[in-house]
Amino acid sequence: MLEKHKKLERNSMLLLIFTVIAVSIGGIIEILPLFRMQTTIEPVKGVRPYTPLELMGQEIYIREGCNTCHSQQIRPLRDEQQRYGHYSLAAESMYDHPFVWGSKRTGPDLARVGGKYSDEWHVAHLKNPRAVVPESIMPSYAFLAEKPYGDWRIKKRLKVLQSLGVPYTQAMIDEAQNDYEAQANPNTIIDPSGLQERYGDKVAVRDFDGNPDEITEMDALIAYLQKLGTDVDFSTYDPDYALKPKAGAAK
Amino acid sequence: MSDAPEPHKDIDSHTGVETTGHEWDGLKELNNPAPRWWLIVWMLTIVWAIGYWVVYPSWPTLSGHTKGIAGWTQYDKLKHEQAEITQRQSGWLGKFHKASFPEIKQDPVLFEFARAGGEVVFKENCAACHGAGGEGRRGYPNLNDDDWLFGGTAEDIYNTINVGSHSTHPNTHAVAMPAFGAVMGREGMLTPAQIDDVATYVSYLRQPVASAAFTRGQAVFQQNCVSCHGEGGIGNRQMGAPRLNDAIWLYGGDKATLVQTITKGRAGVMPSWQSRMSDDSRRQVAIYVHSLGGGE
Repeated sequence: MLEKHKKLERNSMLLLIFTVIAVSIGGIIEILPLFRMQTTIEPVKGVRPYTPLELMGQEIYIREGCNTCHSQQIRPLRDEQQRYGHYSLAAESMYDHPFVWGSKRTGPDLARVGGKYSDEWHVAHLKNPRAVVPESIMPSYAFLAEKPYGDWRIKKRLKVLQSLGVPYTQAMIDEAQNDYEAQANPNTIIDPSGLQERYGDKVAVRDFDGNPDEITEMDALIAYLQKLGTDVDFSTYDPDYALKPKAGAAK
Repeated sequence: MSDAPEPHKDIDSHTGVETTGHEWDGLKELNNPAPRWWLIVWMLTIVWAIGYWVVYPSWPTLSGHTKGIAGWTQYDKLKHEQAEITQRQSGWLGKFHKASFPEIKQDPVLFEFARAGGEVVFKENCAACHGAGGEGRRGYPNLNDDDWLFGGTAEDIYNTINVGSHSTHPNTHAVAMPAFGAVMGREGMLTPAQIDDVATYVSYLRQPVASAAFTRGQAVFQQNCVSCHGEGGIGNRQMGAPRLNDAIWLYGGDKATLVQTITKGRAGVMPSWQSRMSDDSRRQVAIYVHSLGGGE
């Protein structure tokens, strides 16, 4: 055996051929199953793509590195259910490119932070976390309220995500800029009904940062945070393997 | 050892082990085989991995994924753990579940069970706004005092926890303090001078001090504010309109803040907790808040 190996090592063509074979086997085993990854995503109702404003919020979330201290995945463990709510489903982050599950919790998990606090609370907290959570070590993000939205090339971003499999329609792409402004600033001349027609009635349309005069990055980030984990209605979600509340506790 | 050594074989003179023949600054690498135990462990891990694929869910397939012969899933495990803990809690929780608020109040042990559970829920969900001890802060009511916006009985508190204020719940407390000043290009219901007067009136409601502004403000208040805040600013819990003739302020009782409140309006938001936590948790936290000091 060793003698044969010597032959292999001394013949460059032979070595090349066998190297390619070895790497291919590893590659096929590791990569091929990923092409069927979508079959492992549980079918649930209600998960929708991010609106342009929420998408920009996620962009800011990633830019500021929020995911380095906050996870977005509630594991199917009893204590996590108790604290954060229903465990995260794969479907809930299927439109995240890249996903921001995170791997470290310096701060709490944010997978279901949507609707847990008021917009006003988020503004106060992002400006000075200690003002509302005295023991917090989170840095201040007050500058977000000062930054008006810039040239985000929103249409292009939606197009790229569409090419990655996010079901953005042509209308969503065409109207991206309008949808963006309509969601954060319902008092402008832009009618938000088109936005809700495209993305669903549950889309929150309001001035998120308490400053109706302009759309800031604070608007986008809070719109994103308020959407997290709110898509699936768990009172109706019941695949065969899902948790049934009070199961086994009839008596 | 019958084979004759190959001509290029290089034996290290100290150990008698063959070297790889490579030399770095006079150092040669011995060509020892990997230890046998290491090799065996390595092989075993491969066998283990294959066994794991068979027993546990692992590979995505054309339609779904392999389930594994053990039929194990994380969700099932959680279900069993949950069932076990629910079973263990069912003694007290079952009793709590069936008892009404007055019944709980009469049973000191059950009450203590509910209060302790409510405190945990409060710390995780409510403390971020209302403070760790329910002391509140600007814009978020203090829960230790007896000044309630929507009522201070355990039932009232439970209801407020369920529906929230300006939340997405269909029955949410939804009466907002309107903006009386000119905002967003709209003409104001009151002029800045009128707002100034009524702010003066409200700031002196607790200890009236007669002045021209106070009298003018009183007239404005009678016309615009009494429908919600009541005669003399006694408040109205149906509306969630705060009492104005005491020293407790949600946003501030100084004149500048009052002018701002009247000009721009207020609509404090509290989320609805109905879909976020179980009914037992909501009732427990209602009892905890009720027990903080101001419960009626």
